[in-house]
Amino acid sequence: MTSGLKAFWAVLTVLTVIVAFWYAACVPMNIKGVLTEQERAGAKVQPPSAKDRRDMSEFGLVLNNSFAIPATWEQDRPRLPAPHQVAIEMWETTVQKKITSKRSLIYHGWVTLSATMLGFAIGTGLGILLAVGIVHSRVMDLSVMPWAIVSQTIPIIALAPMIIVVLYSVGIQGIIPKAVISAYLSFFPVVVGMVKGLRSPDAMQLDLLRTYGASRSQGFWKLRLPASMPYLFTSLKIGIAASLVGAIVGELPTGAVAGLGARLLAGSYYGQTVQIWSALFAAAILAAGLVALLGLIERTVLKRMGMAQ
Amino acid sequence: MPTDPNNNSAVVEAANLDLTFQTNDGPVHALKDVNLTIDKGDFVSFIGPSGCGKTTFLRCIAALETPTGGTLTVNGMTPDEARRKRAYGYVFQAAGLYPWRTIAKNIKLPLEIMGYSAAEQEERVSKVLELVDLAGFGGKFPWQLSGGMQQRASIARALAFDADILLMDEPFGALDEIVRDHLNEQLLALWARTGKTIGFVTHSIPEAVYLSTKIVVMSPRPGRITDVIDSPLPKERPLDIRDTPEFIEVAHRVREGLRAGHSDD
Amino acid sequence: MILVIGAILLWLLGWWVNGRLASGPYADTRIVGVVAPLIFGLTIIGMWELLVRGLEVPLVILPAPSVIAVRFVDSLPILWADFVQTIVKGALSGYIIGCGAAFLMAIAVDRWDFLRLGLLPVGNFVAALPIVGTAPILVMWFGFDWHSKAAVVVVMVFFPMLVNTVAGLREATAMQRDLMETYAATYLQSFLKLRLPAAMPFVFNGLKISTTLALIGAIVAEFFGSPTLGMGFRISTSVGQLSLDMVWAEIVVAALAGTAFYGAVAMIEKAMTFWHPSQRG
Repeated sequence: MTSGLKAFWAVLTVLTVIVAFWYAACVPMNIKGVLTEQERAGAKVQPPSAKDRRDMSEFGLVLNNSFAIPATWEQDRPRLPAPHQVAIEMWETTVQKKITSKRSLIYHGWVTLSATMLGFAIGTGLGILLAVGIVHSRVMDLSVMPWAIVSQTIPIIALAPMIIVVLYSVGIQGIIPKAVISAYLSFFPVVVGMVKGLRSPDAMQLDLLRTYGASRSQGFWKLRLPASMPYLFTSLKIGIAASLVGAIVGELPTGAVAGLGARLLAGSYYGQTVQIWSALFAAAILAAGLVALLGLIERTVLKRMGMAQ
Repeated sequence: MPTDPNNNSAVVEAANLDLTFQTNDGPVHALKDVNLTIDKGDFVSFIGPSGCGKTTFLRCIAALETPTGGTLTVNGMTPDEARRKRAYGYVFQAAGLYPWRTIAKNIKLPLEIMGYSAAEQEERVSKVLELVDLAGFGGKFPWQLSGGMQQRASIARALAFDADILLMDEPFGALDEIVRDHLNEQLLALWARTGKTIGFVTHSIPEAVYLSTKIVVMSPRPGRITDVIDSPLPKERPLDIRDTPEFIEVAHRVREGLRAGHSDD
Repeated sequence: MILVIGAILLWLLGWWVNGRLASGPYADTRIVGVVAPLIFGLTIIGMWELLVRGLEVPLVILPAPSVIAVRFVDSLPILWADFVQTIVKGALSGYIIGCGAAFLMAIAVDRWDFLRLGLLPVGNFVAALPIVGTAPILVMWFGFDWHSKAAVVVVMVFFPMLVNTVAGLREATAMQRDLMETYAATYLQSFLKLRLPAAMPFVFNGLKISTTLALIGAIVAEFFGSPTLGMGFRISTSVGQLSLDMVWAEIVVAALAGTAFYGAVAMIEKAMTFWHPSQRG
């Protein structure tokens, strides 16, 4: 137990260092903007000319104008918002907003999450089916499997903008196009992982079933499928992360109005950095939550099957 | 490193040696009150059931474990000083050759670390390869050789530098009986030729009796020495010595010692 | 209609040939392993061509492969310029910086236990996050040109590479470490002669994962702003102009670049970790 405690302190220390570094980084990152604002408000700034300031290093400016340091953590549109600014923005756009509001982060998160889940379900389902086909059909194995593997080395996410536009032009919009992107991004990792899993029983285990005169389907249900579970869950975790990225990227090209990707894009158009950061953190929390949820299901399922270590 | 000439009889001396591991299930008494002297040129086997501390004792000599009580000297130094002076070669249960190095490069590994010249490395490698009967295999990778050959290469690796103590932790445990007999015979020949002091951990009674000048019988909980048998067998030992009455008698005494250790718990 | 029937016939033919190959005596040979997927791929492309022409699918929905091929050849200079901007400048420089930094960090993490305990869970956590999302921020900081793309790639490849390398550096067994201990080897000696070579298969795993991530990062970052050049820029503007043949041409480039990049790393891996069971075949 003491080692667990030590790990906890180590993680806490690392996180503290990251936050401290973040605050420290805000000072030079934001100093130029802050000084311009302060000058407009009538404060004495060194050097007084904006042109001179542009040519100076950020650190020199901080040394000359140390009075402005606190202001670098409170800017309206900073280059780098301070952690508490992001936290406050997240608090205000989640707890303090009705979830139906267009400014609620929960609303935007849900838009992205629903597309992610729908796409993930489709992609996983089809992926498992194809994997079963590949394992049972030599033809499919030979013809399709190499392409599934090659697809892992290709940035297939580049297809995303086209899918949105093409589906829009045939009258499909909303959740479906994003789900399609999520689906094909999760599809290939699941195929590859599941094929590996279904093939994981060793020759001895397969021979044992053969001595029982087991049929192909018995072999599948009693040996291959259970044996594939650890592999399936590993690729599901990769797949859900890919699905989320797909849904977010799917919100970019058409200038969608809702979803975390739309928040990122709108924030970057209007220089609303705090909004970008809070959308980013929302996406991170969503991703972590989904992966953690899958981890929990994995543990329960594997324990039930007596496979958990 | 040559042995200190003033101290040429006792190579390893352990007095009242204790070692307790702190584990989550409370302290484990791995070694208790161990007294033993190993003389220069001895072939000492440590035998006993698992948990009797035979490997732990060997690791203490090699300074891979630190005793919690008593004294232990190697060549008159602390084990750690002896380790820094590269006083021993260690052979593990598995060959543990690096798969990315050829057999010759594996044997060169300690020589590189100890800073031998390139010419000297070459010379020593061909000498020890000869010694373990692997001449001509220097260019092969470990995974291209059989288990017995790999283990011979790992012995060669331990012989390559001038350590006069050879510590072997069940080196032939994972090999089949026939290969094992062959390697035992070769090891004896090697020992006769090099005059090294050998500490040898095993759980095979015939192996211990066949190889050793001194057999240390150990028993578990707490790990301790229950009997030390000086072998009456001659130094010259063909394989069929194992059918002689002397051999059988020593083996019998070892077995009795092991049984006595067992009845204690 | 004839073309549609042709497509179906082509499918049946392709499937029949592969079926013969799969059940034939050479099913396990290398040649069949290459030929069968090629036949499958060509069948798909052939059907695509025939169906698009037969059903008169408009260009703005799905261009025929021949149209894409013509566009590809006609636009080679543009495609090359986009390739240099996105892959060579953005992805490759970011890949080298990110993987290099992660590798050095991994050595530090491996050396100091406290860092490993503290940083590794954080690294594992971050590796699963949608890091492409940092693109708008980094574009804001580093400008529209390739520097911001390289920055996105650095952030994307850093953590997967870190986690893999740290795992690799811990790969040497206790016995192998003990052996180094008995030689009284220094930290540097045991690092260079034992832990680094033992880590190589893991390092290459990280490098291989990172190739794809690097391309994704460089292309997606361009969706948030770029000069009038680059694969991501070309894709998003061509989509806007409904010139889908250009989009497909860029996707072909992305596919070729991705496979070549991965293949190159895999080849170096094969040469350097020939001793590992996974490479011995």
